[in-house]
Amino acid sequence: MSTQYKTHQEGAKEFNKNPDRVTWHDKALWFVREKRDISAHSIPEWEELREIASQVKAHSLSHLNKYLEQFEENAKANGVHVHWAKDAAEHNQIVHSILEKHKVKNVVKSKSMLTEECGLNPFLNDRGIEVVDTDLGERIVQLANEHPSHIVLPAIHKKKEEVGELFHEHLNTEKGASDPTYLTRAARTHLREKFLNADAAITGVNFAVAETGGFVVCTNEGNVDMGANLAPVHIACMGIEKLIPKVEHLGVFLRLLARSATGQAITTYSSHFHRPAEGKELHIVLVDNGRTEQLGREDFRKSLNCIRCGACMNTCPIYRRSGGHSYTYTIPGPIGAILSPGKDLKKHSSLPFASTLCGSCSDVCPVKIDIHTQLYKWRQLVMKETNYEKSKQVGMKFAGKAMGSPSLFNLMGKVGNIFLKGPRAFIYNGLNAWGIDRELPVPTETFDDWFKKNEKKNDK
Amino acid sequence: MKIGLFIPCYVNQFYPEVGKATLQLLQKYGEVGYPSGQTCCGQPMANAGCEKDGVDALKVFYDNFKSYDYVVGPSASCVLHIREHGEKLYPNMKPILDKVFDLTEFLFDVVNEENLIGSFPHKVAIHKSCHGLRGMRLGQCSERVTCNPSKQDELIKQVQNVTLVQPQRADECCGFGGTFSVAQPDVSVRMGKDRINDYIQSGAEYITSGDMSCLMHLDGIIQRQKLPIKVIHLAEILASNSTLASNEKQHHVDAI
Repeated sequence: MSTQYKTHQEGAKEFNKNPDRVTWHDKALWFVREKRDISAHSIPEWEELREIASQVKAHSLSHLNKYLEQFEENAKANGVHVHWAKDAAEHNQIVHSILEKHKVKNVVKSKSMLTEECGLNPFLNDRGIEVVDTDLGERIVQLANEHPSHIVLPAIHKKKEEVGELFHEHLNTEKGASDPTYLTRAARTHLREKFLNADAAITGVNFAVAETGGFVVCTNEGNVDMGANLAPVHIACMGIEKLIPKVEHLGVFLRLLARSATGQAITTYSSHFHRPAEGKELHIVLVDNGRTEQLGREDFRKSLNCIRCGACMNTCPIYRRSGGHSYTYTIPGPIGAILSPGKDLKKHSSLPFASTLCGSCSDVCPVKIDIHTQLYKWRQLVMKETNYEKSKQVGMKFAGKAMGSPSLFNLMGKVGNIFLKGPRAFIYNGLNAWGIDRELPVPTETFDDWFKKNEKKNDK
Repeated sequence: MKIGLFIPCYVNQFYPEVGKATLQLLQKYGEVGYPSGQTCCGQPMANAGCEKDGVDALKVFYDNFKSYDYVVGPSASCVLHIREHGEKLYPNMKPILDKVFDLTEFLFDVVNEENLIGSFPHKVAIHKSCHGLRGMRLGQCSERVTCNPSKQDELIKQVQNVTLVQPQRADECCGFGGTFSVAQPDVSVRMGKDRINDYIQSGAEYITSGDMSCLMHLDGIIQRQKLPIKVIHLAEILASNSTLASNEKQHHVDAI
């Protein structure tokens, strides 16, 4: 598996050792962000849509118990098997037991960040089941033995030449070939065989509708339909926050999702599932895995509005310049940085700090999650409840005291100015992170001193 | 109208010209008082996750400014912090919060300035600081489908001979981010370099902004790399040519 960094700083530092790659990564994602802008700005009622979506989510989440039960009842009436998983371990057990019952050896899976979150692939692999990710990007990272670096564009960190090498090694494409069409065709042939031989299909869920018991999965590659329609068993895994009350609400979310994600008006396929085909089985696994707990946190519950469009990643200037693998959580970028501390505050303590709080994520979010405000609030909790950057805590305490005392603050300013006028080696050294690539401002007469002098002059 | 001049700590220490320009601009609208003994707004602690350590700074702020009709400072970022977190951290702040303004807001929304007399014969790009743009809605950000007036553009257009130029990326963050700039210097500097290159490509001679902190970060890179572009605070452009007038007015300044 790809390197798991302990902090975002560590991963970002590593990523920035190759400036050309940073340039390329930033441009690739900015291109997607610009496509999103064109698409969003072509909808005059865009802000209204965002507001409605946000309200539908707020309503659904505050009545989640009711809608989950309604969903279960309707799904069961449709002949769907419904399972409840309180955490990742239970989710994996449930999926495994279904597969075991059907003696499944080969599974095709369409992209699902939830199964990634639960670590389903290694769990099934350890039990002798082959899981093939069928989304092209996800297949690429799977062959490379890596994690997705983005929730919509899992292999965005890979250049086409690297994909070419990988496919040469695993799919016998010509050495040195990197033409995207050629490589995609090779993947298509390879995956076609996997689809035809699969004993079961696992998919994610984008939206589940309480009033019908049905669900929708959005893809551009049609891999969900291919997998689910060919295999005798279809298991759909969904986080409980994916629920919306009515079919009519889909119109709001489907309009927002693809436009926010890639700038498309809608994904190529919006596949609706309601009941199993004759002679087949359809299972839905409803997963909590920390969501109820997050729902209980007033400051952070809105993070469950997320529809996984990835727009906050594309817009985040830090994500674009540090790469998805620099984050310590399955879901990278700004949304990951507000979801992860609720799972493990200590492990993900660096993530709320991987931001300048520029607020672009909150403004781009189609369901109006106040991402940067939540980052600020997680920072307060990290500093209060963990040992993250202890020395900074001490420094802040001291600075805070000084700022409560004008005379001490003034004195510190004067001492600081004298220091800044000192020899260059005193100022620019390993202790000065600012000065590695930046000059410090040159001290001068302070405004305060100027004002007092001027005042005296005018009094005379 | 009694206006309290709020000078952020780093402006006091490093950029007195910005303070002078702000003072000059404000004198047109009333009696400007500058309370000596200002410290900080407490934002550095708050954004570093230690907001409670900034309470004492807010107390000092409150004591300095409680008696003014308006409090105006040349920094959207500091003002935004006070506005967003002031009441929660120090409840006494509540009565004065509605009176605290960033310079752009004050000129555009409070006094509706339409006749600035400055002249600045240069090509200028406005760096839309995030706290001003997205926090205060001083302009239209590229993410939202709304029609907010671009207040800084409207003000700067009143200054004669200014040529505004547009960068490729209208409102990307510069990478300063307070303690972010030293906690993640690699990414911070990289973001700054990318902004500067964009502004240079646009043909700008100057990068201006309502927040000197962004400009301090960008200038740090410009100076180190000896790049062909300069930074200047918006107040200095808006107050250009008004130096003489303000010197005459100086005796009106009401010091506390």
